[in-house]
Amino acid sequence: MNSISRRRFLKIGAATAGVAATAGALSKFTQQAVKISSSVPEKGVYTIPTYCDLCFWKCNAIATVKDGKLWKIEGNPIDPMSKGRLCPRGTGGIGSYYDPDRLRKPLMRKNNRGQEEWVEVTWDEAFTFIADKMNKIKSEYGPEAVALFSHGIGGNFFKHLMKAYGTPNLAAPSFAQCRGPRDAGFRLTFGEDVGSPERTDIENSKFLVLIGSHLGENMHNTQVQEFATAIERGTKLLVVDPRHSVAASKADWWFPIKPGTDIALILAWINVIVNEELYDKVYIDKYAIGLDKLKKTVSNNTPEWAYPITGIKAELIRETAREMARYKPATLIHPGRHVTWYGDDSQRSRAIAILNALMGSWGRKGGFFSPVSMDIASYPYPEFPHSEKGKVDNPDKKYPFAHETITTGIREATISGKPYPVKGWFVYATNLIFTLPNEDETIKAIQNLDLMVVVETQPSEITGWADVVLPEATYLERYDDINVEFFKEPFISIRQPVLEPAFETKPGWWMAKKLSEKLGLEKYFPWNNIEEYLDTRLKNSGYSLEQLKKAGLIKGDKQPIYFEEGVTPEFPTPSGKIELYSEQLAAYGLDPVPRYRKHEEPPPGYYRLLFGRSPVHSFGRTQSNPILFDMMKENEVWINKFIADKLELKSGDYVILVNQDGVRSNKVKVKATERIRQDCVYIVHGFGHTSKGFVRSRGLGASDNQLVTKYKIDPIMGGTAQHLNFVTIERAA
Amino acid sequence: MARYGMAIDTTKCVGCMDCVVACKTENNVPEGLNRDWIQTIVNGEFPNLTMEIRSERCNHCTNAPCVNCCPTGASHYDGGGIVLVHHDLCTGCKACIASCPYDARFINPEGYADKCTFCVHRVEEGKDPACISVCPTYCMTFGDLDDPNSEISKLVKSRNNHTVLPEAGTSPNIYYLIGGNNA
Ligand code: SF4
Repeated sequence: MNSISRRRFLKIGAATAGVAATAGALSKFTQQAVKISSSVPEKGVYTIPTYCDLCFWKCNAIATVKDGKLWKIEGNPIDPMSKGRLCPRGTGGIGSYYDPDRLRKPLMRKNNRGQEEWVEVTWDEAFTFIADKMNKIKSEYGPEAVALFSHGIGGNFFKHLMKAYGTPNLAAPSFAQCRGPRDAGFRLTFGEDVGSPERTDIENSKFLVLIGSHLGENMHNTQVQEFATAIERGTKLLVVDPRHSVAASKADWWFPIKPGTDIALILAWINVIVNEELYDKVYIDKYAIGLDKLKKTVSNNTPEWAYPITGIKAELIRETAREMARYKPATLIHPGRHVTWYGDDSQRSRAIAILNALMGSWGRKGGFFSPVSMDIASYPYPEFPHSEKGKVDNPDKKYPFAHETITTGIREATISGKPYPVKGWFVYATNLIFTLPNEDETIKAIQNLDLMVVVETQPSEITGWADVVLPEATYLERYDDINVEFFKEPFISIRQPVLEPAFETKPGWWMAKKLSEKLGLEKYFPWNNIEEYLDTRLKNSGYSLEQLKKAGLIKGDKQPIYFEEGVTPEFPTPSGKIELYSEQLAAYGLDPVPRYRKHEEPPPGYYRLLFGRSPVHSFGRTQSNPILFDMMKENEVWINKFIADKLELKSGDYVILVNQDGVRSNKVKVKATERIRQDCVYIVHGFGHTSKGFVRSRGLGASDNQLVTKYKIDPIMGGTAQHLNFVTIERAA
Repeated sequence: MARYGMAIDTTKCVGCMDCVVACKTENNVPEGLNRDWIQTIVNGEFPNLTMEIRSERCNHCTNAPCVNCCPTGASHYDGGGIVLVHHDLCTGCKACIASCPYDARFINPEGYADKCTFCVHRVEEGKDPACISVCPTYCMTFGDLDDPNSEISKLVKSRNNHTVLPEAGTSPNIYYLIGGNNA
């Protein structure tokens, strides 16, 4: 910077005066609604640390307010997870405040459910209505008849309220519709799961395998940052994906595998590694059991066997198995995150876990680190009532290794009334219409309810089915619970308001507390306000709210995170060892070693519908954010160029996707590309909104979930596999 | 005299558009318009494909057609060769928009030609442009190409690279780093 004088720069500055003050896209809303938090001065530049809520990664951020207007949000440089850099969604986070489609007032349904016709009510009217219904349900059916679906840390106070009310039925789609099979597969193998943020040490890996993981398009911040570091360091990269993803474009090997055959590929790798004794012998001898049985079970799964199944040449499978082993234990076979694909997903995850075990990567640098965290006291609450009936979602442990509540299990019980009736749903910040497979079943369940409440910041499709809609303040206008992170360094962080809540919106904690008063459960909310709650927890742990508010996060002492640094290897499985062969699965008549089973293939003229993510949107939650809307307004359907030519379609044409059950998508733009196989098509999840409240984003793009009428349930943990739907392509009228 | 430029490592860039979003909030770029964007170039046929992803913007050309054609002197070279527009001198005639081979300019709803400024207001504070400051892949470097000891000069010297449309004769100052070393 020294070659231009300060004076010179002042002149430059003058030439572009008004850079940040120019009236732009957001000013209209700004003038109407901005109420800066009372702690922020009206003049000058002022920053407030908080943590992001554009996804659940919870990166630490710093919001900047300039002359009383929210200007921008950036990463907090002391954050070990974001390292001072947010992802595009996080950077566009201020748009969630300025979103013109935000919910503004409490609403109650005027006509039938789903008609989206509302009466505006006061908060007190809304709470009175809800409490009356909840009391009635409790006296008729018991408290278990109310279930909570929630996503993200904001749901904590509602979870607390529901436990106080007496229901154990608290579920999140992040389990059965997303990462559940992965966690079950890893638990069965190592006794622990990979957690969130994942304990993958990507930056130190020397050989990285991504199976369907599309880092770079999937923007989990830390993972992408570490991925870029790995590329720079020359980490060998192998990407298995039917689509030439961004990650595939950076890979040393791209395996455009036939969809649904990943297990065959992984078994072939295991076969080579076991037979050629390429595994980490010391590690396996010391920590694992079942090697002989594993070897025997996979003895026929040679690369030659896998080739016709997967389409990946035998010599390539053999070569990459050897390469993988060359870099062990810093060989990381990434476990993925959204893994509910084919119905045997826990088994695929187990195969991945076993391969990692053979590489000796669990607990090792460049593999899976052991996360550390700080000890923060819980709030000293009275004991919750005990539920005699237990949870409703998984009767008779039908899915023996479901370690969290199964959303779709609650849905099933709501429809059937078995094992007992469910009469009330509370939905916090999760758009069940876009999340649970088979929309018809979701609606059928909702029609059986006596009470349906949705807490949301935006008019997502599920709000249309509510009896009562409670408009929440965005993350920039509220406190949430303390985030006690499990990561490479221990730390805690705070979400605090930068602005006062706009319109009549309120923070979730306030709603939960007010409702507790109406329900006679106030003893479970003994604090007067959230600051008092947070400060109590922090003071009881040796910190203070004031301290945390100022810095945004507080770090604990560094601790060892790898076996080689002194972490004690512990495997909380029944045997206390890594279970290559699972007696636990065998006891339930399930494959103790994963086996490949053929999945149904698309009939002629049909293509398998695959879906994934865009770096600029989080699920269906951000399409109405004006900044992120500008980045990507609609999704496209990726169609192999050869197929598109055959169908006489070119990029930019609009088509309708029609699935095997005759369900028709909204019209969607074609992307004719060499970057995908001929037997599948791909769209980004989260588009194709139908809610009347989404003025801009409604009707743009296609919703994958609408086309997922067919799903299969993972027998191990109850996850719902969604990559089983086939579509034909019709030109849109 | 300094000559400011950027080196962007296409081997690391994932095309996530964080640079585009950051520019938008930092500079309050009006809705529907962007000062930077992502370009993806795919070559080959399935499954033998190569792809280059890069973050593009005004090249702050050393021989800038937009400056050469501006009838009012609004478009000009400022300190460090940064190409800027005097808003008050700009009549919105669009000659510069037509002349730019990179399509980097647009008319701001307030009536003047608008484009990337290399975030001079940040650079004057010793900060990187907003796009660079947020990039989760750390693929971009800003600096003085005339200073042989700057990080950017070293990168451009040591790494294989290219510019966009060098044949247009504009002497662009954004370098795209590609695989391999320039041994
Ligand atoms: S990954 Fe992105 S959206 Fe998620 S918390 Fe971090 S910055 Fe926010």
